[in-house]
Amino acid sequence: MLSNFDFSVIAPSLPFIWTGLKFTVQLTLIAMSGGIVFGTLLALARLSSMAPLAMAATWYVNLMRSIPLLMVILWFFLVIPLITGKPLGAEASAIVTFTAFEAAYYSEIMRAGIQSIPRGQVAAGEAIGLNYWQVMSYVVLPQAFRNMLPILLTQTIILFQDTSLVYAIGAKDLLKAAEIAGKNYNRPVEMYVFVAGIYFVICFSLSFLVRRLQRKIAIVR
Amino acid sequence: MNYHWNWGVFLEQVKGGDETYLDWLIAGFGWTVAVALSAWAIALILGIAVGTARTVPNKWLARAAHVWVELFRNVPLLVQLFLWFFVFPEFLPRELSLWVKQDMPAKEFITATICLGLFTSARVAEQMRAGIESLARGQGMAGLAIGFTLGQTYRYVLLPMALRIIIPPLTSEFMNVFKNSAVAFAIGVLELTFQARQMQEDSEQGIETYLAVTVLYFICAFVANRGMALIERRTRIPGYIGGAK
Repeated sequence: MLSNFDFSVIAPSLPFIWTGLKFTVQLTLIAMSGGIVFGTLLALARLSSMAPLAMAATWYVNLMRSIPLLMVILWFFLVIPLITGKPLGAEASAIVTFTAFEAAYYSEIMRAGIQSIPRGQVAAGEAIGLNYWQVMSYVVLPQAFRNMLPILLTQTIILFQDTSLVYAIGAKDLLKAAEIAGKNYNRPVEMYVFVAGIYFVICFSLSFLVRRLQRKIAIVR
Repeated sequence: MNYHWNWGVFLEQVKGGDETYLDWLIAGFGWTVAVALSAWAIALILGIAVGTARTVPNKWLARAAHVWVELFRNVPLLVQLFLWFFVFPEFLPRELSLWVKQDMPAKEFITATICLGLFTSARVAEQMRAGIESLARGQGMAGLAIGFTLGQTYRYVLLPMALRIIIPPLTSEFMNVFKNSAVAFAIGVLELTFQARQMQEDSEQGIETYLAVTVLYFICAFVANRGMALIERRTRIPGYIGGAK
């Protein structure tokens, strides 16, 4: 019962939790930046006129999207050491995995963004003598990025929550830190409640900010 | 790459048992399907109810439904699972709490199913709300104008339309349920991911193991997708873009 709860264990475990939170945030930010860069390249590949390139990108995205993230995490943790020949820590493995996995999801968002730009703009860009990369980087991508910014950020909030799955390979993120602290003080229940609270406050405030941003940056047509 | 391939591993016996690894994977597949389908049933019923509640004129009901959605959407699924498994029993009366912790049959399965069902219900509710809000405002008003009560308007006008409109987004949620059921390994449900980790450690044939399990997840996603596509084709609304003629 609630009266038996002892939340005094939270104060001494805060530095420990903070380390976990730092890793979770770090993982989220790296996977977000890497995921958006690779995701944009994947989206361009999918929309390219080179059939083999488009097909390879489509396959990659569909494959990543149809298996559980947990399986992808386990796959990378198993296969990377086999390829590189030396074991990679759980934390580094998590960073590689999330970047590769999120790229597939970000690429679908960027593809929708690129496809929402009127075709005439590409033609106009080509007409004034821009080449493919110039059309993309000066005309199409800035608008696609702006239109999709709220959705990209929403995906990042999902990514932030999904990082808790590194639990499966034992990387020390926010959830794992709380679990270890709970074991150390023999108070797992309080630590789980506390960590759920942290996740909720962060995700709820972020999605609130995204909704405000959405209203602010919408391009008026 | 230095890897010892052994594709016959699936028919080998597990260490210290008379089952084969294939038996493990089949059992895991069964639990994955069981968790996913039961959770989906919970998610559909609650999600449709909560999503509908978000659109009703009664402010308090709409607000309560909103709180429901925000609660289940803003905490990671794995954390929710631990909350249900370790924390929730502490809030029950003493005898019930003891029973849940010690004697409840299929405790892990039930906990995982309820957790995944409630988590998914928040997502279904959002689709449901979007579906109802996408209907022309006049439809609800027309219902009320011809003398339907609010309940009848929902029952005969809004819900039949909205439910058919939201089938495409529900398809991806249905596929997500199978994928998300993988977290159930963390509390010891003997589903596919659990079996994959167990078989990898036991047989040391990680690549073969994970390939087989990945294919099984693939099959789940594919069947879920095709099944929903079938329903979608049969329930299309005439006159809408992509609708039947």
